[in-house]
Amino acid sequence: MSVATEPVAVQHPIRAWSGLPALLAALVGVFLLHIAVGAKPLPIGTVIEALTSFNPDVFDHVIVQNLRLPRAVLAVVVGASLSLAGALMQGVTRNPLADPGLLGLTTGAAFAVVLAHSTFGFTAMAATPWIAMAGALGAAVLVFFISRMVPGGATPLSMTLAGAAVSAFLGTVISLIHLLNQDTFENLRVWLTGALAGRDITLLWYIGPPMLLALIGGILLAPRVTVLAMGDEVAQGLGVKTGVLKAQLLAVVVVLTAGAVALAGPLGFIGLVIPHVVRLYVGSDYRWIVPYAALVGAIYLVSVDIVARVAIPPREISTGIITALVGAPLFVHLVRRRTR
Amino acid sequence: MARGSDDRSHRLEAVAIEAGYAGTRVLNAVDLSPPDGQVTILIGPNGCGKSTLLKTMARILAPTRGNVLLDGKDIHTLNTKAVAASLGLLPQGPIAPEGLTVRELVAQGRFPHQSLLRQWTQKDEDAVNSAMSTAGITEFADRAVDTLSGGQRQRCWVAMVLAQETDLILLDEPTTFLDLKVQVDLMDLLTGLAHERGRTLVIVLHELSLAAAYADHLVMMKEGRIVASGTPDDIFTADRLKQVFGLDANVLRDPASGRLVCVPFGARRRLTEAAQ
Ligand SMILES: Nc1ncnc2c1ncn2[C@@H]1O[C@H](COP(=O)(O)OP(=O)(O)OP(=O)(O)O)[C@@H](O)[C@H]1O
Ligand SMILES: [Mg+2]
Repeated sequence: MSVATEPVAVQHPIRAWSGLPALLAALVGVFLLHIAVGAKPLPIGTVIEALTSFNPDVFDHVIVQNLRLPRAVLAVVVGASLSLAGALMQGVTRNPLADPGLLGLTTGAAFAVVLAHSTFGFTAMAATPWIAMAGALGAAVLVFFISRMVPGGATPLSMTLAGAAVSAFLGTVISLIHLLNQDTFENLRVWLTGALAGRDITLLWYIGPPMLLALIGGILLAPRVTVLAMGDEVAQGLGVKTGVLKAQLLAVVVVLTAGAVALAGPLGFIGLVIPHVVRLYVGSDYRWIVPYAALVGAIYLVSVDIVARVAIPPREISTGIITALVGAPLFVHLVRRRTR
Repeated sequence: MARGSDDRSHRLEAVAIEAGYAGTRVLNAVDLSPPDGQVTILIGPNGCGKSTLLKTMARILAPTRGNVLLDGKDIHTLNTKAVAASLGLLPQGPIAPEGLTVRELVAQGRFPHQSLLRQWTQKDEDAVNSAMSTAGITEFADRAVDTLSGGQRQRCWVAMVLAQETDLILLDEPTTFLDLKVQVDLMDLLTGLAHERGRTLVIVLHELSLAAAYADHLVMMKEGRIVASGTPDDIFTADRLKQVFGLDANVLRDPASGRLVCVPFGARRRLTEAAQ
């Protein structure tokens, strides 16, 4: 009670790196917890042991390494990627409501998967990530070419509009396919809400390295995003090549979003909301928003996935549902607290 | 070493430039070489191409003909970040991102001086603090720019350009939104930078009397061309103002300061004349 009512008149944003160690520690904490909970709860000590000195003869170690670790890693990568991509999108478009889905990437992925399953009868889940990736990239290319035809060229505004149009169109086609074909819907119901369960971890070996490069690239480019957010003329006056920078940022966003969709399906919410939550605490300088968003996004998705796994045992709730279900009220609460 | 970099002063020059936007030409055969260590003030009616000229000189707009030279080299062939360390620009009517604090905004002026290996240093910190105190915005340092008044915001942007610590400073209407006292303070500050620290300034102004009072070198533009340039004493005359702005005005000399003042007389004076 007393903590919540402390005066919040002048909010000094968290300075520099001061919050990062605590968040890193939190990430390690939820990561270990994520591995420890489940149908057979394991002590944290066993988890750490399995990670540091793996013994294939110990059954618990095998559970950790083969079943639970991959999913935890997946949650970290996907959470960090979506959140960082969202932060960059908001900066480059100067639109606080931008998210990675804005370029049509997520709907494109969903569309490709639904189409493949209904028309071509692909039912192998193993192929899904690759189809999703192709769909996301295809949508990105489509959006880019449409916005090129707009007078003024491929500006963030024209790309946002083209992305919205493509998303709306593909979204409608998806609904149509569902209506005409009940079976597809049954098969893909879980995937379409975004899920981390039963994902093929070998995929991470292919998609992981480019995503890691994109994450690093995004963090390195972050200081320029603030300069860019002050307008093209100011940014050019300060020595930023705005055209090149926008292309680099879009490439980072496309790789991260397409990768995340391939790994976990069209997960919404994180890319839009986590950067906002971060902004409430660190201010408007992307130099800080971007790295904090990556960390908080990872922590958030790992935590949410813990809930998804343990909420109603022995069943599991789709992660994408929990993401928004828990996240929306939390977000409203944080905004109310910080903007009084 | 430190002296060496202080002595070095950069020259900016526009040679016979033509520039414009998507097919429409705005500037025609414009030559401009702002004198070193002096204040050049650009005046002209709305839409005559002042901002276009400033943007072209600052390499934001590429000329379709002619060249902009920085120290004798075509500015478009130079590394743009290196240029930003010697040439600063305040465009007309910039907008700050929502929530960015004054200090964060001013700190962006240090961007050209930083790199991956050279992150934030004490020198950057000092430049930001001194720019904020010069512009008189230290008391707002932690406020969000979008919560300030128009004049306070304008001073933040000026501070950002000052923090850039460049030899050449181009300012597009830095005095808009400012009350008269603050306009005068700002112009005093800017002329001080030129006369005491050897910076070269090019400023677009709309206040004619302010321009006449502070210009070392006055440039009048009309319809994309420079129609007159020189000291205010030489070119700031009633005839010229009529020619350039279509403005009926008297130009008087204030006996106390010796400065030229423009006193417009519009319809009212003409009416009284007609009545007599
Ligand atoms: N981005 C643009 N695209 C197309 N035309 C433009 C653009 N910016 C300016 N113009 C046109 O170029 C001409 C010169 O504009 P400029 O902004 O240089 O005028 P200015 O002298 O700065 O005027 P003001 O005093 O109103 O600021 C105007 O006719 C204007 O309509
Ligand atoms: Mg202008």
